[in-house]
Amino acid sequence: MKPQKLVMVGNGMAGVRTLEELLKLASGQYDITVFGAEPHANYNRILLSPVLTGEQSFKDIMLNDVDWYAEHGITLHLNKKVVKIDRVRREVLAEDGTVAEYDRLLLATGSNPFILPVPGKDLDGVITFRDIYDVNRMIEAAQTKRHAVVIGGGLLGLEAANGLAARGMQVSVVHLSSWLLERQLDPSAAKLLQRNLETRQLSFLLEKQTEALLGDEHGAVRAIRFKDGNEIPAELVVMAVGIRPNTTLAESAGIYCNRGVVVSDTMQTYDPRIYAVGECVSHRGIAYGLVAPLFEQARVAANHLANYGIGRYEGSVTSTKLKVTGIDLFSAGDFMGSEGTEAITLADPVGGVYKKLVVKGDRLVGACLYGDTSDGAWYFRLIREGKPIHEIRDQLMFGESAVGDVGHAGENRAATMPDSAEVCGCNGVCKGTIVKAIRDKGLFTVDGIKQHTKAASSCGSCSGLVEQILINCVGGAADVKPKSEKPVCGCTDHNHAAVRQAIREQHLISIPAVMRYLNWRTPDGCATCRPALNYYLISTWPGEARDDSRSRLINERVHANIQKDGTYSVVPRMWGGVTNPSELRRIADVADKYQIPMVKVTGGQRIDLLGVKKEDLPKVWAELDMPSGHAYGKSLRTVKTCVGSEFCRFGTQNSTQMGIDLEKDLFGMWSPAKVKLAVSGCPRNCAEAGIKDVGVIGVDSGWELYIGGNGGIKTEVAQFLCKVTSHDEVLEYSGAFLQLYREEAFYLERTVHYLHRVGLEHIKQRVVDDADGRAELYARLRYALSFEQDPWLERTKQGVDKHEFEVLAG
Amino acid sequence: MQQDWKAICQIDDIPAQGARVVKRAGADDIAVFRTVDNQIFALIDKCPHKGGPLSQGVVHGRAVTCPLHNWVIALDSGEAQGPDEGCAGHIPVRLEAGTVYLALPQAVATCDHAC
Repeated sequence: MKPQKLVMVGNGMAGVRTLEELLKLASGQYDITVFGAEPHANYNRILLSPVLTGEQSFKDIMLNDVDWYAEHGITLHLNKKVVKIDRVRREVLAEDGTVAEYDRLLLATGSNPFILPVPGKDLDGVITFRDIYDVNRMIEAAQTKRHAVVIGGGLLGLEAANGLAARGMQVSVVHLSSWLLERQLDPSAAKLLQRNLETRQLSFLLEKQTEALLGDEHGAVRAIRFKDGNEIPAELVVMAVGIRPNTTLAESAGIYCNRGVVVSDTMQTYDPRIYAVGECVSHRGIAYGLVAPLFEQARVAANHLANYGIGRYEGSVTSTKLKVTGIDLFSAGDFMGSEGTEAITLADPVGGVYKKLVVKGDRLVGACLYGDTSDGAWYFRLIREGKPIHEIRDQLMFGESAVGDVGHAGENRAATMPDSAEVCGCNGVCKGTIVKAIRDKGLFTVDGIKQHTKAASSCGSCSGLVEQILINCVGGAADVKPKSEKPVCGCTDHNHAAVRQAIREQHLISIPAVMRYLNWRTPDGCATCRPALNYYLISTWPGEARDDSRSRLINERVHANIQKDGTYSVVPRMWGGVTNPSELRRIADVADKYQIPMVKVTGGQRIDLLGVKKEDLPKVWAELDMPSGHAYGKSLRTVKTCVGSEFCRFGTQNSTQMGIDLEKDLFGMWSPAKVKLAVSGCPRNCAEAGIKDVGVIGVDSGWELYIGGNGGIKTEVAQFLCKVTSHDEVLEYSGAFLQLYREEAFYLERTVHYLHRVGLEHIKQRVVDDADGRAELYARLRYALSFEQDPWLERTKQGVDKHEFEVLAG
Repeated sequence: MQQDWKAICQIDDIPAQGARVVKRAGADDIAVFRTVDNQIFALIDKCPHKGGPLSQGVVHGRAVTCPLHNWVIALDSGEAQGPDEGCAGHIPVRLEAGTVYLALPQAVATCDHAC
């Protein structure tokens, strides 16, 4: 098929991001032509402030240079302003006469700075702060002139003022409102900010209205006069009083505009061949001026242009950050508060810290932080996800580390960390490396950082910290989403929830069927999505969906744990951690015979044989004559027990037997992530049941059940679920909870994260309160497990997957 | 370069989206892959990152993901994908009447740049 023609008018961040997304989805579908009015390729406009202060150069903030356009076969017209769209002939015309035909047109014309209509606005030395041209003029002015006045105390105005002051000018900021950043801060925080900026030699004239700009005999500005008659000297005036969507071109073509080019949720204008994204757009009555929402729009527009047609832009909750070095402020959502909201505040004026959280009912709806913004990303996430907060309300103010969701041993002050501080302990990545990658490669996502630096790509415990560093570097442009909203992988735009839903509702029972139904972009997925799909299929349709061993990662495919040298470890099951002389003899004999270099006792009360050659695995299993311990799988691992009432003088219950029975009851259970249990026979809890996915503690009158504990990356204490009296109830309640987890959790989501996502109330309601529902959950688990056999036996006796363990001769 | 074609196995000895290992005395193992559309490729069974056995990875499209640290290696060139850099040498493969032949042993093709 002949490629269609796509023309883009405007060469800024939103537009080029749309092209990048489109090329990822459907490269070759379009012949692309781009018109840019500026003489430069695409640069990172949100980093103009550091260029002004001299902290970065223009080269540092280039996102796509001209080579990028050439590499992707994009025709680039720089320095050419498009002046006309002919919608009948479907072509655009540039000032210099260049004509380009289109099948689809993408408007990304951005916005224009608003110029106050005062006398003298056209004098020499009166500028705006919008592009690199403005920045260069400011840098020039700072070399020869002394007095600068910035009109507008908003984000842009303050960044300009700070930059000019850093370059040695005397700067006054004129602001109409009674406090700075009135759209981002409340008066208390603004006062702290103003005080800090005053120490940097900036002066502020609040509640001042400009009447006129006065010029000298050469037509250059020399002073500014206010309505109250006062005058101050001004050799450079920067107008930063707001922006207006640039709709001139669209309006001239008869496209409906109303404070922006009006678009639908698919980013189409009233002419469906014409799309619009970015600051020129009005979506549901809102024109966004921050980059994060624009990137979301870009993704939707690209999705639609690639004919996928499933993306919808439904508006954004925005957050802001001021890019002035040494000043941390952050606000998001409804931080001023309105009817029906309450505010939790913390104010330390001397220490320069102010935090306000706005709560409505059971939800966080806004946050305004000054001085310590390390938890901004977390609050922003809570606001966007609309999670209930009653359980954490009393600790909310003290941040994420106090609540214990993700953390880095309490280290969460990304902004104050030195560049040499290690962020990722697994891969040895320092903060400086991450910051450099963000700047050099133009990264906006944690995934991008993972790919380029390897930080957070192993155990993932530093993801939160990496996210904070990202937000600190690029502010609101950071593309941070919870896993529940993210696509499964690059092969699809669907998230985990949507995939699970489709498999359930459409009764899909094979990986190709899922990929077909959900329009997977790759022919057979990747190493991220295939294992997830395989799990979703076998857990949703046990007995119907066939386990696809080619979509299992190596450990689950060969039922042993690969080690760094390519050998394997073998952990036979010891029910409840109980063994006997005959098993121990066999283990010893096998270790001798196959020259197994290490025999180790595991943390889960069993024995690990390390360094087994792959070809030896079936023989080792056969001679051990013990079932698989599944120590390699996203599956039931161990049930750890204490000795209990049989031997222990303190024991109240027979915890050992309970553990053995639980382990046998759950044997062969595949799950979203590994599952560990423990049973203790008394509240002394020697089996450490408080840090297990399911922990059972015997008390005199029965058993207490705990869920969602974790002893790994970040220690998480299990939460109390309920108390039961009988042995059978322990099996049923534990099984029902694990089945609910199996049905609802996302692949690789541990119980603790699942619990945080859905809330303890939800689980209690399904597992404790609803007796019939519990019985059904447990019955579904029993049904699913009825298909599972010991995988080692299948391989030693029935010859399953024989080819895995045989090599070919070369 | 001398081409010494050696019959290794039948195509059906390799599962689709899977791999087999060819052992050679005194030389690196070779991984022979079969893709979902029944194309056969062979690479030195050693990830350029930390030497992980590529034969044990998940095969998808024209690539394999290393089982140790998830590097993605292109099957047709042996080169690491995305921002990772490195190359596992690739071995010419011929498929004739269902039999898989490898060009052994001298002809291990290397990348254009230093591996």
